[in-house]
Amino acid sequence: MYSRLYKAIVSAPPLLWVGLFLLLPYALMFAHSFWAVRDGVVVHEWNMRNFHTLISNPVYFEVLLRTMRIAASVMLFSLLLGYPLAYYLSFHAGPRKELLYQLVIVPLWVSYLVRGYAWKTILGSTGVLNGFLQYLHITRDPVGYFLYSPFAVVLMLTHIYTPFVFLPIYAALEHIPRPLVEASQDLGASPRSTFLRVILPLSMPGLLAGATFAFVLSLGDFLAPLLVGGPSSTMIANIVQSLFGAANDWPLGASISVCILSITVSLLFLTERVEKRWSFK
Amino acid sequence: MSSANPSRRAPFLTIYAVLVFCFVYLPIIVLITYSFNRDGVGGFPPRHFTLDWYRQLFADEGIWNSVLNSLIIALCSVALALVLGLLAALALDRAEFPGKALFRRLVLLPLILPGIITGLSLLMFANFARMRLSLFTVFLGHGTALISIATTELFASLQKMDRKQEEASLDLGATPWQTFWRITLPNVKLSLIAAGLLIFTLSMDEIAVTFFLIGADSTLPLEIWARLRRGITPEINAVSSLIFAVSVALIIVWYRIRMRGIGAEPQEILDRPQPDSAV
Amino acid sequence: MSEAAPSSQQAAPAAGAPLLKVQGVAKRFGAREVLKSISLDIAAGEFLTLLGESGSGKTTLLRLIAGFEQPTAGELWMGGERLDVLPPHKRRVNTVFQQYALFPHLDVRDNVAYGLRVKNTPKSEISGRVDEALRMVKMTEYAVTRPSKLSGGQQQRVALARALINRPQLLLLDEPLSALDANLRKEMQGELKALQREVGITFLFVTHDQEEAMALSDRIALLRDGVLEQVASPREIYAHPATAYTAQFIGQTNLLRGEVRGGVATCGALRWPSPGPDGPALFSIRPEAILLADGAGPTPNKVRVRGSIRQQIYGGSSELLEVDCGNGQILRVRIPAYGPLSGDHDFQFSAADAIRVRGQ
Repeated sequence: MYSRLYKAIVSAPPLLWVGLFLLLPYALMFAHSFWAVRDGVVVHEWNMRNFHTLISNPVYFEVLLRTMRIAASVMLFSLLLGYPLAYYLSFHAGPRKELLYQLVIVPLWVSYLVRGYAWKTILGSTGVLNGFLQYLHITRDPVGYFLYSPFAVVLMLTHIYTPFVFLPIYAALEHIPRPLVEASQDLGASPRSTFLRVILPLSMPGLLAGATFAFVLSLGDFLAPLLVGGPSSTMIANIVQSLFGAANDWPLGASISVCILSITVSLLFLTERVEKRWSFK
Repeated sequence: MSSANPSRRAPFLTIYAVLVFCFVYLPIIVLITYSFNRDGVGGFPPRHFTLDWYRQLFADEGIWNSVLNSLIIALCSVALALVLGLLAALALDRAEFPGKALFRRLVLLPLILPGIITGLSLLMFANFARMRLSLFTVFLGHGTALISIATTELFASLQKMDRKQEEASLDLGATPWQTFWRITLPNVKLSLIAAGLLIFTLSMDEIAVTFFLIGADSTLPLEIWARLRRGITPEINAVSSLIFAVSVALIIVWYRIRMRGIGAEPQEILDRPQPDSAV
Repeated sequence: MSEAAPSSQQAAPAAGAPLLKVQGVAKRFGAREVLKSISLDIAAGEFLTLLGESGSGKTTLLRLIAGFEQPTAGELWMGGERLDVLPPHKRRVNTVFQQYALFPHLDVRDNVAYGLRVKNTPKSEISGRVDEALRMVKMTEYAVTRPSKLSGGQQQRVALARALINRPQLLLLDEPLSALDANLRKEMQGELKALQREVGITFLFVTHDQEEAMALSDRIALLRDGVLEQVASPREIYAHPATAYTAQFIGQTNLLRGEVRGGVATCGALRWPSPGPDGPALFSIRPEAILLADGAGPTPNKVRVRGSIRQQIYGGSSELLEVDCGNGQILRVRIPAYGPLSGDHDFQFSAADAIRVRGQ
């Protein structure tokens, strides 16, 4: 139905743009990770030293582990918060479902910075939370741990990503044909059994999508540590940021970025595989 | 007589859902409340309602300059992302070409990659092309990253469209070009608007990519960020509350457009890309 | 108006206490009354069809029995115990859904075994029973296939096996054949009937297709706008429809309006003996009960009609004639294949074939 010319005209601009501004930059970044820095200048000397540094340098390695831990925690907590919320909306909310859904979406439209800042004001020693606890005489002195700690980072990122995790899970749950749930009950499965055997497996693609989202985006986050994390919560992206800034070692920074990119792509690949297995018409 | 269907009632789940809701909304409510608090941010409970912080905000030139910059970038990004996104969606929906699978994944990658990666890769590109960092490079970053949003939304919309309409148009003598303008485009009109709103909002709020691509100027989020480094003032609460209000207004508009029918399910925009069975 | 009187409209089920008792069950959704007080007994081992147009309430009644809806009034009893207070997973009732509702993430074996697994049946027993169930529906070779790879007919068999393996007391079938094409449908009808005979389980079958209902059922329950119009065996319901609606819904008929006075029915120019109370009357006469009577003389108890043939539709083994009898009276007549006909002809039918029906 469409002539080849039409298709060529339509596909060319985005292909070119994507090639130029996505593929090429990634390729450049990939190349940089194998180069080196000498006297503050990037030298096109191909080597694997950067990756070696990443693993052997104890500081970098520790930060990497901490980042993984934080990302995993955020993923876990967002799931624990997001899944039941999605389940409630999909199966128990009745006619108010659509309105509640919009309400959950609203925070996604509110600036990341705004929400991070909100937590900053709440968690500080003179912040709202401490004020609240002191007002109720639960504590006498301000608790210092709330802010400028990994706790704060996890809290803030969980807050940011719970709606993100909610979305694909809700979509997946909504896609489950209700006759399947009825069939399960008809065959004698209790509500709990129905959930474990039918609903959960069929919502798995959405769950994995949401989990990947939360994990990967937390992994690469550098703003949260700067806002609420303090020096004890430096994450791998902060290191990358400084390597491209004051520390001026682009190749090393590129190598870390390549690692993050690889982890992301692998996770995407994995979830796509699982999704193909579980998917149905 | 007989009880209601037992699976309807789930008190613990309901309470849990309400708690999660509170968790998601609480910080914002606190933020807005304290923007009216004379004694600044912190402490409990807030006393002394005042509009001073808002007055201070409106007199603050630095902020408004950055707002202007952000608006320019956002509007340009919307234009770029929608045009390229529409073309990409058409290509994915209708054309077969070598490398289509790779293309699809590449286009959608910025959705899930942390902004720092997108920003840094483009920084290397700018460096390679010997471009100076400026609002233009920021625009390139936003536009490129946000094509993915437009593509997802428009692709879903195209898939839902009835192909027969276009066939009928061609049958009646219209050229493919005419068919595109008279039939295809109106069908995705709502999706275009909805995607545009979302892209606008995301661009206005963008920090990570902007961080690495900006020159001497400032965008709104970066301006706020810079002030935050210097210290907390309720003026920031005030501007944040305004941002929240604008966001809510935009989402209401977006919702209204949604409800007018044709378009992707809202969750599909931020969904992971679904495997295309044809690829 | 066309309300079913409790006992006179229903042919009683076969011997023994009924398996399922529907007592005065009503269901309303918001302002809409979908079911308006249904009472029905279903006997153990019988094949009962709920027949009706869309909106008649037949699917709602099925869902009430399955447990997915609650009655707004009335009670359901099964085997001497109250049924409607039980949640669906505790009822000894299983359903074959209209779109089959097979679990896409499980293969055929696991789908069929589902009901046994959730009740923690021992593995050894499950294996044997699954094999038997698959054999019964002839799906043994598809045991490890996913539902998405099966055709409609195959999915339907799996859905059947999945339900029957649990040995329910009652099997509900919600228009299971409506998604199949015509030939497959006929074939499955036969298999379904044979299967029911074989396992001896009570089948409650829902359909809008009256031919299907006639072919499969021991009894038909005709529903109209949430009310039971008539409950009887297929032969009974065809030969002796209680209402005009029934007469027209099941098979084709001619409706003649007239009056009965002193044992004689008068419809326009026609008269015949008719016992029954005086008053306005409506009569149903099946097209095949009217015969071509050219040349035959008047016969007692046969009513003669003369009319001109307006239209003739050839049907292979029979002809359907549209006959204009004057005074706006049009009769539809079915005769064995004859050859082209035209002009005026004589017809006749027996007084006994004029069934008096209620309705308008």
